[in-house]
Amino acid sequence: MEKTVKKSSLTISENGLEKKSSTQRLEVLKTYKIYIGGQFPRTESGRFYQPENAAGKKLGNICLSSRKDFRDAALVARGAFGGWSSRAAFNRGQILYRMAEMLEGRKIQFIDELIQQGATKAKAEKEVMQSIDRLIYYAGWCDKFQQIYSAVNPVASSHFNFSVPEPMGVVAIIAPQSDSLLGLVSVIAPVIAGGNTCVVLASETKPLCAITFAEVLNSSDLPGGVVNILTGKPKELNEWFVNHMDVNATVYCENDSTVKTMMREKSAQNLKRVFFYESVKWDSEAGQSPYYIMDTQEIKTTWHPVENIAGAGGGY
Amino acid sequence: MAKAVSTKKSNTIKLKFDTSWSYAPAPESKSAASIKPQYDLFIDGKWTKPQSGKYFSTINPANEEKLSEVAEANAADVDKAVKAARNAYEKVWKKMPAKERAKYIFRISRMMQEKARELAIIESLDGGKPIRESRDFDVPTAANHFFYYAGWADKLEYAFPNRTTEPLGVAGQITPWNFPLLMAAWKIAPALATGNTVVLKPAETTPLTALKLAEIIQESGLPDGVVNILTGAGATGAAIVNHSDVNKIAFTGSTDVGKIIQRAIAGTNKKATLELGGKAANIIFEDAPLDQAVEGVINGIFFNQGHVCCAGSRLYVQESVAKQVIRKLRDRLESLIIGDPLDKNTDIGAINSKQQLDNIHKYIKIGLKEGAEMYESSCRLPSKGFWCKPTLFTNVAQSSRIAQEEIFGPVLSILTFRTDDEVIEKANNTPYGLSAGVWTDKGSKIFNMTKRMRAGVIWANTFNKFDPTSPFGGYKESGYGREGGLHGLLPYLNLVS
Repeated sequence: MEKTVKKSSLTISENGLEKKSSTQRLEVLKTYKIYIGGQFPRTESGRFYQPENAAGKKLGNICLSSRKDFRDAALVARGAFGGWSSRAAFNRGQILYRMAEMLEGRKIQFIDELIQQGATKAKAEKEVMQSIDRLIYYAGWCDKFQQIYSAVNPVASSHFNFSVPEPMGVVAIIAPQSDSLLGLVSVIAPVIAGGNTCVVLASETKPLCAITFAEVLNSSDLPGGVVNILTGKPKELNEWFVNHMDVNATVYCENDSTVKTMMREKSAQNLKRVFFYESVKWDSEAGQSPYYIMDTQEIKTTWHPVENIAGAGGGY
Repeated sequence: MAKAVSTKKSNTIKLKFDTSWSYAPAPESKSAASIKPQYDLFIDGKWTKPQSGKYFSTINPANEEKLSEVAEANAADVDKAVKAARNAYEKVWKKMPAKERAKYIFRISRMMQEKARELAIIESLDGGKPIRESRDFDVPTAANHFFYYAGWADKLEYAFPNRTTEPLGVAGQITPWNFPLLMAAWKIAPALATGNTVVLKPAETTPLTALKLAEIIQESGLPDGVVNILTGAGATGAAIVNHSDVNKIAFTGSTDVGKIIQRAIAGTNKKATLELGGKAANIIFEDAPLDQAVEGVINGIFFNQGHVCCAGSRLYVQESVAKQVIRKLRDRLESLIIGDPLDKNTDIGAINSKQQLDNIHKYIKIGLKEGAEMYESSCRLPSKGFWCKPTLFTNVAQSSRIAQEEIFGPVLSILTFRTDDEVIEKANNTPYGLSAGVWTDKGSKIFNMTKRMRAGVIWANTFNKFDPTSPFGGYKESGYGREGGLHGLLPYLNLVS
């Protein structure tokens, strides 16, 4: 990590600020911490790692989260589930929309971080815009997917019978390694739009905007614990994401067949649902769909008798 | 005004509301709202003078004071607005990516939320409804309606599987005076989400919140001409309906006018949604939680002074509990606070217009003449403005005009029944079919009743509930088409295979 005086990263923004390099002033560096239960603790392990961008520049001292961090996060995610899942769907939509508003307001910071992580300016801008729009997309789904995927079932007996989706519970997500912002947003949004809570492991090599995104979440009326974000190495943590007995579903976004096999096996312990999003192009239309919401929904069917006075007629 | 029913001794315990408890005035401040002295027409994103040069006043029905004056649009203004809407449709709105369209609609919703207090005050000033209702129901529900439909804009392929959708073009929309802003939202939001452009005419007695909405729309940056708002009376509405370049008519109002519209567009390919009158049956069974039912009946008929097309204006009570229910209703009637719509404690505000008040009085006279017994609240009414005491009629015959025709005021007709079949027969014996209510502790009876009642919305153990996700609309002469929910999209779309 360069601890020397360097140009403010704002020089690359287009908003006219600090066009001249501010060499007189020492920049304050940001400490990247993890996000659990609406707080920003350091990893309990005290460990860190130093991811580098393609140019070999170190991105910072990033928390190397442990199994214990994951367990802590899963615990608060479980605690947040009752409240979040019982929010009105409309209210969840408003909160996802608020997340988009917050992200829009801070897009310069995200563009800046994506560039630090090695993206071109054009690509960084596109990724941030798409991330905002993706949140809006899922904000809209919050109170609509139920209308598409519910059914009133015309059973032959005298019963009113209906089936509705309900969130599974706590979802553990290993976010995509590339598309460090858009991929992250694309896997979190459908899970929480449907009323689940989650623990997410950010991209190992590009973790900066995941933590900054946690700051967006933290200022978006999203209750603490609904989304928990860890940084670290999937190699270390993959197993725990699928091993935990109080996690209902796991999402894995890479195409490592050994990991996938391990996950399928381990998930059998509590019949965890496992979803592999390994070949999704997150920057395309295929990166968003209500079926991603439905992946982490159960279907609940309710039967209720209808009084049937045989022969009473009473037609209209 | 009329003979009151003699108060007989009853076994039920009378609630004592006439104690020393009284409410101090708690008026909402008018200063949070700004109303211009004069409003022009909102055409093509600009405020435009009416071609006739004519303006008409809009008053506060609670004190008959003039609030503002608004332009009267004639056929030439309508033509101008339709041209602007057509132009915006062809050049901008139809071509815009759906997700961008969505973002405009989200913006409008957010701005309505930001200005909710002002909108609520103006709604109560212009229409006479209690601020509690405009603040807690009309305005938030209107904003939420935009928010809900915004999300649909880029998701239509999921709503209509195996079909692609096309907008219709220019929608002509005519809204009533009972829920001015909410009805504008019900009309505009789905039209925009599905890619149509709009020419909307609010009711002549309550134009102000629609004009405030025009200001919000202007502020939101919505492309010019996508929404045009024209004030005027029946002739303006007729000009919209009859304009040859309008593809769709959405009308909320009386069944009589609905029928005129259907005839007027008969020779055209215009699509229509008609949300018309109602005479909802609210049915109380003997096993119902009676206090809860009484609250529901009171809300069902006195919400918004009874100016509600889905108002529960016919109460059917099972004979065994009729005496008790009527007693409770009369007690509850006495406790309703009638007065200043801007007072936060007010339950019942002013009648919307002199014309409507006359109409309600006409029906009260008919009810008495037909032999029904009347009971009205002993409350005092303000000396200025248009007011009507909340009123109950008992011993109403099924054939009575007050049991058959829509009064659209705070007047409840009470009838009794013995069996399920009897009440179904009576409840369905009406040309209307907008809504109905049923009160019983037995779930299986609820579903039996809801299945057999011929109405578009049925409330069980609740009444007058609305949500953007929930379709609303009638059977039979209460009109056709649905507004709200997934089903509210189709009236603004062509489905192509």
